[in-house]
Amino acid sequence: MPEVAFWQGNEALAYGALAAGCRFFGGYPITPSSEIAEIMAEELPKLNGRFIQMEDEIAGIASVIGASITGMKSLTATSGPGFSLKQENLGLAYIAEVPMVLVDVMRGGPSTGTPTKGGQQDVMQARWGTHGDHASICYAPSSAQECYEIAIHAFNNAERFRQPVLILSDEVIAHMREKVLVPEKESIEIVNRKRPVDVPEKFVPYRPDPKDDLPCMASFGDGYTWHVTGLTHNDWGFPTNNPEEIEKNINRLMRKVDRFRDEIVRYETEYTDDADVVVLAYGSVARSARRAVRDARRRDIKAGFFRPITLWPFPDKELEKLARRVRTIIVPEMNCGQMVLEVERATKGKAKIVQQSLVNGELFKPKDILKVIEEVA
Amino acid sequence: MRYEIRFAGSGGQGVILAALIAGEAAALFEDGLYVVQSQSYGPEARGGKSKAEVVISTEPVDYPKAVSPNLQVILTQQACEEFSLETLPGGRIIFDDFFVTSFPQVDAYLYHLPIVRTAREKIGRELVTNMVALGTVARVLELEKIVSPDSIRKAICARVPKGTEELNARAFDEGYLLFKSSLHL
Repeated sequence: MPEVAFWQGNEALAYGALAAGCRFFGGYPITPSSEIAEIMAEELPKLNGRFIQMEDEIAGIASVIGASITGMKSLTATSGPGFSLKQENLGLAYIAEVPMVLVDVMRGGPSTGTPTKGGQQDVMQARWGTHGDHASICYAPSSAQECYEIAIHAFNNAERFRQPVLILSDEVIAHMREKVLVPEKESIEIVNRKRPVDVPEKFVPYRPDPKDDLPCMASFGDGYTWHVTGLTHNDWGFPTNNPEEIEKNINRLMRKVDRFRDEIVRYETEYTDDADVVVLAYGSVARSARRAVRDARRRDIKAGFFRPITLWPFPDKELEKLARRVRTIIVPEMNCGQMVLEVERATKGKAKIVQQSLVNGELFKPKDILKVIEEVA
Repeated sequence: MRYEIRFAGSGGQGVILAALIAGEAAALFEDGLYVVQSQSYGPEARGGKSKAEVVISTEPVDYPKAVSPNLQVILTQQACEEFSLETLPGGRIIFDDFFVTSFPQVDAYLYHLPIVRTAREKIGRELVTNMVALGTVARVLELEKIVSPDSIRKAICARVPKGTEELNARAFDEGYLLFKSSLHL
């Protein structure tokens, strides 16, 4: 029997991370993410894990990369200003192929912005925040239950693909309490990074398995030698200026995720079968949008609902298929228009795209989305 | 069924804890209910106006906040002016009779009850205003057959600081009786 809990989104994320096997948290508390750090500080020592409050967010992610290299599943959590600070080291984790999970509980920006208010302004930062090409895996949970489940998925994919996985929550989801069914431990699928099978003398740290483009990962202290660098490197982990090796390295970083794109992408739909108008929304806004679509249906408007659960990779193929048979797609976002650009890219002009923007820190009211549905229906 | 409750007052009156306990009662001590609880967050919740909401439903809750509350508990004049008119037509508003002295015409059943005065005079601690308020809500939820008073009592004892269970339960019982013996205006 699953246990029943009544958790805030942040609590569900923290307990989900623990269930996934997270045993290290390094970070710096920041509203509206601080409950995650609080719970990890309380719970990790009981599980023989470690919690460190570092001197700032940059050091927080640095400690997470270090802990992961020793073999521990590691987490950091922050909000917009801290997410900006973490970008440089996030790039290090991408190039060095270090599994880790980063939660960004979005508030309004830019800069320190509106600490206690909601927002969705970090969507593009989650894709392109750190410089250089990299494949982003990023989830946007929409309920406390999903916070718990996505924390587990995020760790599993971080371990599987050996790279950072991002969770973009927001202030509304973070602080509302909701009933959560906590699955039994035995029923949770846990993925662990591939360990080297060769003896240490034969270990080539970045030699990928051609089956999945993924190299095995040794832990510091295991007796395997491994050079970790932010420089583009060869299979031995040493910096390279060889054009062939450079290209091989960067292309593989993209390919190791791209080729499993269909297994990563998650989305949800409701009433799309006969819909003329579809509302596409994610995170907390999806809650308002779903209600607006249901209210529209009660008024005999053929409205549908599409919710990307992975913001990156974006469910573009799936959305394009839908765009072929609907007239209009409305994209309400708590920003000045970020995901709407991706919707336009994915749908290739097949449906009319209507942007709806709200940046006052409040969650969309269903009636405001319903009004737009009625206008375009 | 979707039932929305809003507690509104000022920071320090404990409206968030009252909503949290009502939510926990429905989520943890009743079967088959979906529950979301949210609150105003930030400086306004630490002095100034404060509100907290609970949405209880027999189906998964889409929009997590109150659209038009079936029940509002209003503990200050300022909250009265801001929120009264949002009540669902035919719903209920419980006003505190010490802090709320005048209220607008609303299509709802109105109750003007000594919540703060009961905490202050009968229990001797104004601190337990929120538990008296929760008691009144418990009686409404009992009448609506959504959550039993017993579940709320259990949720109180599970949540309040050790050693204060009896004090809080007493305040809760007074609130319950207060509503039970009252008539709407």
